[in-house]
Amino acid sequence: MVDLSYTAAADTSPASTVSATTEGRTTRWALLALALVFLAVFLLLPLVLVFAEAFKRGWAPYFDTIIDPDTISAIRLTLLVAAIAVPLNLVFGVAAAWAIAKFEFKGKAFLTTLIDLPFSVSPVISGLVYVLLFGANSVLGPWLKSYGIEILFAVPGIVLATIFVTFPFVARELIPLMQEQGTGDEEAALSLGANGWQTFWYVTLPNIKWGLLYGVLLCNARAMGEFGAVSVVSGHIRGLTNTMPLHVEILYNEYNAVGAFAVASLLAGLALVTLVLKTILEIRYGHAIAASRGH
Amino acid sequence: MTTAPAEAGWRFRQPSVIPGFGVTLGFSLTYLTLIILIPLSGLVWHTAALGWADFWAIATDRRTIKALQVSFGTAFVAAAVNVVFGTLVAWVLVRYRFPGRRILDAMVDLPFALPTAVAGIALTSLYAPKGWVGSLLAPLGIKVAYTPLGIVIALIFVGLPFVVRTVQPIIEEIDREVEEAAATLGANRFQTISRVLLPGLTPAIVTGFALAFARGVGEYGSVIFIAGNLPYVSEIAPLLIVIRLEEFHYAAATGIATIMLAISFLMLLVINLIQSWSRKRYG
Repeated sequence: MVDLSYTAAADTSPASTVSATTEGRTTRWALLALALVFLAVFLLLPLVLVFAEAFKRGWAPYFDTIIDPDTISAIRLTLLVAAIAVPLNLVFGVAAAWAIAKFEFKGKAFLTTLIDLPFSVSPVISGLVYVLLFGANSVLGPWLKSYGIEILFAVPGIVLATIFVTFPFVARELIPLMQEQGTGDEEAALSLGANGWQTFWYVTLPNIKWGLLYGVLLCNARAMGEFGAVSVVSGHIRGLTNTMPLHVEILYNEYNAVGAFAVASLLAGLALVTLVLKTILEIRYGHAIAASRGH
Repeated sequence: MTTAPAEAGWRFRQPSVIPGFGVTLGFSLTYLTLIILIPLSGLVWHTAALGWADFWAIATDRRTIKALQVSFGTAFVAAAVNVVFGTLVAWVLVRYRFPGRRILDAMVDLPFALPTAVAGIALTSLYAPKGWVGSLLAPLGIKVAYTPLGIVIALIFVGLPFVVRTVQPIIEEIDREVEEAAATLGANRFQTISRVLLPGLTPAIVTGFALAFARGVGEYGSVIFIAGNLPYVSEIAPLLIVIRLEEFHYAAATGIATIMLAISFLMLLVINLIQSWSRKRYG
């Protein structure tokens, strides 16, 4: 029996040995074509359509929408919200990753799970929890209002909801990366007389900078594009509490397709820039970015 | 860091020469509590304050049940489709060499990067009866936009990268010698893939399914434009929460949210069990 199978294997020509570990030519083409058609229909077409619809009537209506005061204020608010939410989550991500990756303590796995929690909550529920916390029926809302502080249907609510949904991005990028790097470099720096801050600044930060940038990139894309959570807390006040994605919705519901797609094209452009930068980071610094991908 | 504790006994933290544990853990826990835990526990508290009878009335409301059915049903179908096509895409990206592969690989993450509202209006225009794809399907009698089928389409878009990105690294890691061994032992290509390779991929595929499914259940932005939002037909649970909130019916919104979270956690638990079972069996 053993001899038989051995001769059978030896008999096969090199060409057929190669084809034994790949699919046949026809199958290969069929699978490739199927995958390409699927990706073209589901990914490429929607993207192309955004720009096609935005420029359907030429440049003039496009720019009319972009320079409209409501659009400008939506762009400004989106940038402001991202400018607050991303740095806060960046600081949190670095701190949490430092504590989790550089130390062994009880409840570490549980803490890591808690950090991922916002990913398993619907964006609408992420908004809802702040409505319950600061709404008219809550304890906090009316009390803060008596001091003139508006959270809900105002900018602070939008910022909070955005922080909630983008909470895990930087941390989950850094934790596996810093765990993989261990504590050897830091211990060496400390034994050579560096203080804690110097160790972080001159040793740890250079080690994690590309992973950090990667996390910030994804965090920022989500912060600028978040719709569900922000929609629940914003109150949709034109020119005041409208972010770009919310403005897209308003224009679309007003049957202003060109306007909606014009604003959408800016967000699609942001998505494309994010993808290009992300790919560059992966190709050039793949080894310096944590293995975990996604989200 | 790995030095053994001086004396046996319970220790919160292993000794270490690295500084900053107190500050970083303290800050992380405070931030986590303020941003995530307090707001989320508010949801639980509000639900508890409802009382059993009220909660039951909300849970058994026909519109609530229908919305939950639509959300979980469409998310399930979309995740199943993504398992097939996501695995195919991952396979093609890892195993085949063709021009534009890098660009295509990067494009897979588009649903992560593209704001959901943008995806929503783009897919709606695409599948509307007069849209690029919708006009091709209309003569066949297939309506996509403003039907549950539209919801499935949106959720396929949103969930695709979850499956591709969990399965892709596992395919990359497959030892080619295993395939060669199968081939030398007389397996044809189909047998090698279905009996040798696929079982090894199963845990990753299940994980991808779970992630895509969980995301699909909660998805809002990309769905509400294409769904048509007809109560009892194409109204998803997250939208019903928003509608109840706009009616200032906070109790109902809270109740639906809690039910959604509970079902999601239960399903993730089941999927975790399936995963550990398949890992034991095939891992």
